[in-house]
Amino acid sequence: MSSEQDAESIRCLVAKVGLDGHDRGAHVVARAFRDAGFEVIYSGLHKAPEEIVQAAVQEDVDVLGISILSGAHDTLVPKIMDGLAEYGAADDTLVLVGGVIPEEDREGLKEEGVAAIFGPGTSIEETIEFVRENAPQR
Amino acid sequence: MTMDESDESLLEDLLAGEHRALARVISKIENRSPGYRDLVSELYAHTGDADVIGITGSPGAGKSTLVDKLAEEYRDRGETVGVIAIDPSSPFSGGAVLGDRIRMASTVGDMDVFVRSMSARGTLGGLSTATADAVKAMDAFGKDKIIIETVGAGQNEIDIVRTADTVAVLVPPGSGDDIQTLKAGILEIADVFVVNKADRDGADRTVQELREMVHLGEESGLGGGSGGHHGADAMSGGGDDRGDADGDDGDDEATDWTPPIVETVATKGTGVETFIDELANHRTYLVDSGTLAEKVRQRYAEEIRTLLREDVHSLLEDELAESGGIDDLAEAVRLGETDPYSIAGDVLAPVEACIENLETNADSNAE
Repeated sequence: MSSEQDAESIRCLVAKVGLDGHDRGAHVVARAFRDAGFEVIYSGLHKAPEEIVQAAVQEDVDVLGISILSGAHDTLVPKIMDGLAEYGAADDTLVLVGGVIPEEDREGLKEEGVAAIFGPGTSIEETIEFVRENAPQR
Repeated sequence: MTMDESDESLLEDLLAGEHRALARVISKIENRSPGYRDLVSELYAHTGDADVIGITGSPGAGKSTLVDKLAEEYRDRGETVGVIAIDPSSPFSGGAVLGDRIRMASTVGDMDVFVRSMSARGTLGGLSTATADAVKAMDAFGKDKIIIETVGAGQNEIDIVRTADTVAVLVPPGSGDDIQTLKAGILEIADVFVVNKADRDGADRTVQELREMVHLGEESGLGGGSGGHHGADAMSGGGDDRGDADGDDGDDEATDWTPPIVETVATKGTGVETFIDELANHRTYLVDSGTLAEKVRQRYAEEIRTLLREDVHSLLEDELAESGGIDDLAEAVRLGETDPYSIAGDVLAPVEACIENLETNADSNAE
């Protein structure tokens, strides 16, 4: 049906996980994604990894953006990745991490299955471009 | 109807209770992916067991919080819950921030509460079709209760709610003067009124105004003889015995329904049990009075109409594309060369001719 071809839209979950209580950055990203035409589900603050997994699976998101500033990424991100795998959602969900991630931790996160890490100073256009190019085709 | 292999196994997984399959099917429905119609049509055979509840009301009325508490209470009673939370989408970018999930905190980690956010991305009834189909998916999956939380845009938001068996309208305290309750629209579709944030100033007045409105509605005919009886109860009794009075009435006169008014404080969970009781009362009324059958029939009629309208619409879009596209036609109107009515007639003429042709063929075949 010709008029319905453009009904598809990129779905993202912007997630705050753990004790980190700063979500200004997550709000900015959510708004920018909205303006880029994505559908953004925002998790709210202080979510446990299993809550993020539940939301990502139920909402069937193409992209999961995890924002972490607390430094707990090495414990929290693997838990989320394991949870996604449990529901068979790890392979076709593009997982991004944003926040303060030290250089030496980045390789480990990528091995966990994180597709990209956006540190402080990343332009929002760059992030949107990355999502557009890498969001899974289903 | 035939499905391809991947859809076939998707359907099997959904019926087997796999959450990811349910999520996928809803995405297909939302995206109108190829084959989604066959998938939905297969779902129908497995539906009909869920209670569908619509929750509507103005932005900030506390819909999400109440839905959260409602889901929690249903879970405590051992029932599984599906929630469809609808949020607005941008008219400019088409994007959306779907934030209702944030309030759904009580049931976190419990996969038997399946919350799905939908944006109002469709046009021309697209959202209500997608919502109704998503309800089918959750029903077939085996959810006992399905709650649709509407976008909360305003007074005329009645379309989506037609998908629900029971409609609760949230009215926050101080939501306008008593003329608001006289207006047509959202208040007319309520099966249950909820004055949420009942601990706030003005809640009593809001309850009183709603009560007068319900009372007036009965006097004006629908309620018939029983109207005065209900009214008397409503005027003298407080919010609490109201529920009881209504429950009693439900037993001996199953022919009409008087929307009860429930007071809740969703953030604290106050009044949620009463609310659930009233939802159950309405369900009982629907079944006993035979209204449910009528409702379901009307709903299917509407679904058939909507589908046909969509199909005809896309046929016409193709037709428009053939005649040079809508932009040229609009430009011609702007330049004063023609007008929309003439164009509509011209575009439709071959279609009409076709249909007439079909009819004559059918007639001659019949003879």
